[in-house]
Amino acid sequence: MDAKKIKNYLSNNAIVILLFLLVLFVGFTQKGFFSWNNFNNIASNTAPRFIIALGVSGCLITKGTDLSAGRLVGLGGVLACTLLQRADYTDKFFENLPQLNILLVFVIVILVTGLFGLVNGLVVSYLKVPPFLATLGLQTIVYGINLVYSGADPVGGLRKDYTAIASGSWFDIGDFKLKWLLIIAIVMGLVFWFLYNKTRHGKYMYAIGGNENAAEVSGVNTTATKVRIYTLAGVMYGFAGFLLAAKSGGASVNLGLGYELEAIAACTIGGVSTTGGIGKVQGILLGVLVFELMKTSLQYLGVDTSYQFIAQGLVIIVAVALDIRKYTAKK
Amino acid sequence: MSDYILEMKNISKSFPGVKALDNVSLNIRPGTVHALMGENGAGKSTLMKCLFGIYNKDGGEVYFNGEKVDIKNTHDALGRGIAMVQQEQQPILDRSIAENIFCGRFPTKNFGPIKIIDHTRMYAETEALLKEVNMNFNPKMKLSELSVSNMQSVEIAKAVSVNAKVVIMDEPTSSLTENEVEGLFDIINRLRSNGVSIIYISHKMEEILKISDEVTIMRDGTYVGTWPSSELTTDLIIKRMVGRELTNRFPPRENIPGEVVLKVENFTSISPKSFKDVSFELKKGEILGIGGLVGAQRTELMEAIFGVRHTISGTVTYKNEILKIKRPRDAIKRGIALLTEDRRATGIFGVLSISDNVGVASLSKYLDFGFVLNNRKLDALVNENIRKMSIKTPSTKTQIQSLSGGNQQKVIIGRWLANDPDILILDEPTRGIDVGAKYEIYTIITDLAKQGKSIIMISSEMPELLGMSDRVMVMCEGKVTGILDSTEATQEKVMALATKYM
Repeated sequence: MDAKKIKNYLSNNAIVILLFLLVLFVGFTQKGFFSWNNFNNIASNTAPRFIIALGVSGCLITKGTDLSAGRLVGLGGVLACTLLQRADYTDKFFENLPQLNILLVFVIVILVTGLFGLVNGLVVSYLKVPPFLATLGLQTIVYGINLVYSGADPVGGLRKDYTAIASGSWFDIGDFKLKWLLIIAIVMGLVFWFLYNKTRHGKYMYAIGGNENAAEVSGVNTTATKVRIYTLAGVMYGFAGFLLAAKSGGASVNLGLGYELEAIAACTIGGVSTTGGIGKVQGILLGVLVFELMKTSLQYLGVDTSYQFIAQGLVIIVAVALDIRKYTAKK
Repeated sequence: MSDYILEMKNISKSFPGVKALDNVSLNIRPGTVHALMGENGAGKSTLMKCLFGIYNKDGGEVYFNGEKVDIKNTHDALGRGIAMVQQEQQPILDRSIAENIFCGRFPTKNFGPIKIIDHTRMYAETEALLKEVNMNFNPKMKLSELSVSNMQSVEIAKAVSVNAKVVIMDEPTSSLTENEVEGLFDIINRLRSNGVSIIYISHKMEEILKISDEVTIMRDGTYVGTWPSSELTTDLIIKRMVGRELTNRFPPRENIPGEVVLKVENFTSISPKSFKDVSFELKKGEILGIGGLVGAQRTELMEAIFGVRHTISGTVTYKNEILKIKRPRDAIKRGIALLTEDRRATGIFGVLSISDNVGVASLSKYLDFGFVLNNRKLDALVNENIRKMSIKTPSTKTQIQSLSGGNQQKVIIGRWLANDPDILILDEPTRGIDVGAKYEIYTIITDLAKQGKSIIMISSEMPELLGMSDRVMVMCEGKVTGILDSTEATQEKVMALATKYM
């Protein structure tokens, strides 16, 4: 009986355990892996991806998905960059644009991407288009809009106060930096934890994922709840795009390419069930960390980036297969 | 050599908590139509599923053609010449008639080293089969282009194509018009004259008396008897179907029905096959039972009142005000609750905790500052429910899917009670629940009525309907055929009303 329990525990957490072993191995064999520099680096890479994963998690918990995430990250990033270029930059996107308040630009960005999220929500809720197809369509549309808007040129020359959001920290102790990105990610994690556990919206979301028909019969406004979920997701993609562009000092239409798949995979690894109704913020964080730690570990081992894709793909398939196994084993 | 093509002897079958079949026997003569009758839940379909290999019987023997057989699955049954035309057909709508008939055993021919489907032969054979069932259709036609009755004929043709000696038809006329029924009878007569035996399950008395040679009646999973149809009348069949004594299985009713609170007038479904022109009244503190056979549209009617389904005409008046209900949440706001028939499909949130399952319909009551859920308040309510209704569960965090059916049902009743509704609609509240839990649910229902709540209870179990209701409204084919007072309601009267248009 106990052996069975241990076996179950191992198979339910196989990916995380394997990764933990990989991290230990790399940490003790490669110099510099267990260092504050590497910690800061992983933290800043994880933060925006965590925010995207939080956004898409609501769609997944309600048995939907959102393939437009990556392209909306791109649109948000490009939009932010065009509005936050240095005054003395030669190749300015809007030549006579005055110096805008950063907060104002942030609000514009999340409003725009939130609006696209709203479109996703309306199409899914009212036109009953399957989320996979609805968001696939919007993904393509958003890419097109971004191409038209940016003219397919990369946008750079960002203001220092903007890039400082990504590079700056609240305070440093020796090599440890409490990066703004890390703080933002923690705050958003807490906000989502509160939303998922302490509000009606969260409970309704789990109810829809658990059994949409029962939710409707129980008086849950299933349509409005789904519209809120997709809109909020759009807002989060804009947020992430805003941060990512600041981090890389510029943006092009290809910013965020494929991030939706990474986010969906991270959520699944973190226990957001593909059969709906299940998923925790802690799990989502874990899922994102798994990916980032794996990437960094492989880098430290000197594995070519091409192989990293193969490893990532394998992790996704194995994780979902294990997830499904939990449910099929019971029947 | 025996007189029978098929003998089923002492068949038993249990499901968790229920004995569905108890020593049932059925003997079928070759080339006859044998009707199988009984109330809902009498075990007819279960018996047929045991024969057809969908269920494995727990005990008993089956002899086919004088030889003892053990049918393990449907493939096995078909191979031996036993075919079934199901109550719920499952055709592949987007494929052709021929493919539907030959799916899974396509005729093949050699194409070099590989085998490919022999379409010429398949279409030719399909055409011949269709002639057998009086259909002149192109075998290449898609199933979706056919009417329901023609789809059924295709199913029968499929049965013929395996050279079936016994064809089971489970409620074959439930979705057919009168003319289509005539067509079906022609086919049945032709099959019979070719030596095929037909087991015919139906609730429709006149049909049975017209088409069948013999009738076997079942009741509560037991065998009542077999008679030649010529010796039976509608009254005799009803008497033998319901002939059981009502024992004291229900708590005493102390509710006193008061003034009329809900009035439903001329309610007509948007679907032409569903309920029509239904009117009734519900009193304060009353238990109104809704009786009828499967397919009488009782569930559809109640779901329409609750806003799950749509109507084209009619009104619901609640305390002298006409309600506009478009979605369930509109009904809930007005103090109406609906315990749905299919607990798994529209009741429970399987993966969620008991707390979440109870709280989902009344979350607005446990808020701090207008938006923060106070889980302690919710848990207090859940714990009160667990105590009051003696729900057996390790904790409030347990996933509801790990509870028994009866406990799940109590959790969902708790969900609705948390809203303090004035009207509770209960659709088959004790379906799939063991006897002990049934009594507890009956007690909850009578207590609620005593508190002045109005209750509508759909039930397909005659004793429950008569034992619990102040009045019984009976429906047949989407229409109300009568409303009986509990003092005058008897099983025979209810059954007669439930089969009025059949």
